[in-house]
Amino acid sequence: MLCDECKSRTACMHIIKIVNNQKTEKNLCAECAKAAGEISLSFDTQSYVHDFLKGIFNHGLFVDPQMLRGQESCSECGMTYTDFNRKGKVGCSACYTVFGGQFEPLLKRIHGSSSHTGKIPKRNGGTLKIRQQIKKIRQQLEQYVINEEYEKAVLLRDEIKNLEKEIGLSGKGE
Amino acid sequence: MSMENLLDQPFVHWMSSGAQDGDIVLASRIRLARNLEGIPFPQRANGEQLSQVVSQLKSSLCDLNSNEQSDYMFVDLEKLPLLERLVLVEKHIISPDHAREASNRAILVKQDTTVSIMVNEEDHLRIQCLMPGLNLVKAFTSANQVDDIIENKHALAFNEELGYLTSCPTNLGTGLRASVMVHLPALVLTGQINRIVNAVIQLGLTVRGLYGEGTEAVGNIFQISNQLTLGFTEQEIIDNLYSVVKQVVDHERTARGGLYADTTDMLVDRVWRAYGTLKYARSISGQEALALLSDVRMGYELGIINEGSHCNFNELMVITRPNFLQKMSDCPELSGNERKKLRAQIIREKLTNKD
Repeated sequence: MLCDECKSRTACMHIIKIVNNQKTEKNLCAECAKAAGEISLSFDTQSYVHDFLKGIFNHGLFVDPQMLRGQESCSECGMTYTDFNRKGKVGCSACYTVFGGQFEPLLKRIHGSSSHTGKIPKRNGGTLKIRQQIKKIRQQLEQYVINEEYEKAVLLRDEIKNLEKEIGLSGKGE
Repeated sequence: MSMENLLDQPFVHWMSSGAQDGDIVLASRIRLARNLEGIPFPQRANGEQLSQVVSQLKSSLCDLNSNEQSDYMFVDLEKLPLLERLVLVEKHIISPDHAREASNRAILVKQDTTVSIMVNEEDHLRIQCLMPGLNLVKAFTSANQVDDIIENKHALAFNEELGYLTSCPTNLGTGLRASVMVHLPALVLTGQINRIVNAVIQLGLTVRGLYGEGTEAVGNIFQISNQLTLGFTEQEIIDNLYSVVKQVVDHERTARGGLYADTTDMLVDRVWRAYGTLKYARSISGQEALALLSDVRMGYELGIINEGSHCNFNELMVITRPNFLQKMSDCPELSGNERKKLRAQIIREKLTNKD
């Protein structure tokens, strides 16, 4: 079906308007609809995401009223919770600690209840890399035990011991 | 490569032909979001802090050059006029956001244009690597190396639970956005595209237009990328995208084959008409040019047409974008009609030369 306005492009929407009980119907293409101010199909997704983040937060059923007051501010960058609500962007890395509890439900909604399992920077990743390694080895060890491959399991157990020692030592050094 | 070349030459590495699945996948992109510890994220940082970030990263230039034995170039966006910044967007070197706001913004770009590091975009650092065809692993390896080199010198904002800390909570964790630019004319023509897009979305990926967020899918080119960044390893994110894209590519190939078998005459006619219009038109809009280039590109891949095969269609798609045309023209400000004329002229020249 062609657009009622330009009669050249294909109509992609059907608009029904009821004004003073007068019903009018039109078939328009996206461009004519936009030009007529009927509807805008192109929007900035970026701001849409942020509006959405904001909305997701304010319309939760179990929002702590203290959270919405948003007066507490980050000591590093001065961002308040209200600022975040308005912009949908976080001020600095310290904000994630300062507003940790308040961000939690939001992060859960975006990412599920997951924690980081990807790359760890050598410089400030702390002992996380080793702890993740231990976790992985432990899983494998359990598998070996199930398969009754005890010789292999013993090797892994020693490896875990060594790694744990390493963390213990580096922990004392810090 | 000099800055002039970066701006004036339409060809950049991602447009190379002959890459894996290059008949359907135009390019693969990896982006890592990183921030320096102790400085507010760009949105909240003041001018002084932003320029501090720029100078710190500028100091990484020699590390990048010595470690990778390559030639990185530092570009101060403040010194580039808006038009030139927009040309970089059309070539996918920087994002639209990065072009809009130039003060205290910069890029570090590798000589062969495969890697560019945007400084002070939404995050202090956006390391991006662009490769031709379906080449996610190679792109990730390059971006990861750059990340290692930068991390060697600067402490990055990181949290054990949340991973790399980013300005927008949707990038937390790996900070990794992997995306693939695909050309899907047959899925669009056969009306299967909505079904495919819905399936892809259900698998945790997003589908967008040619120039990323908020843009339309012109010329039947779509970008498929991962949505979640936290709770998965980089490997898992890339594997998931790779396997989904592989399936999309298979569907497109099947659709192309079916279309060709069932409606040979119609398709051959369509492709040659598109070619004819491109070759002889005296005035052409950007939308029309992309739509026709899309048809010809498919016709070329299906072996319907080999005239003009010396042309790189990926390159033509960039040449015919409005800002690039403006850059190529001597006229200070092209009117809409002048631009259409120039576009038609350039396409004509590209298609007839060397024939």
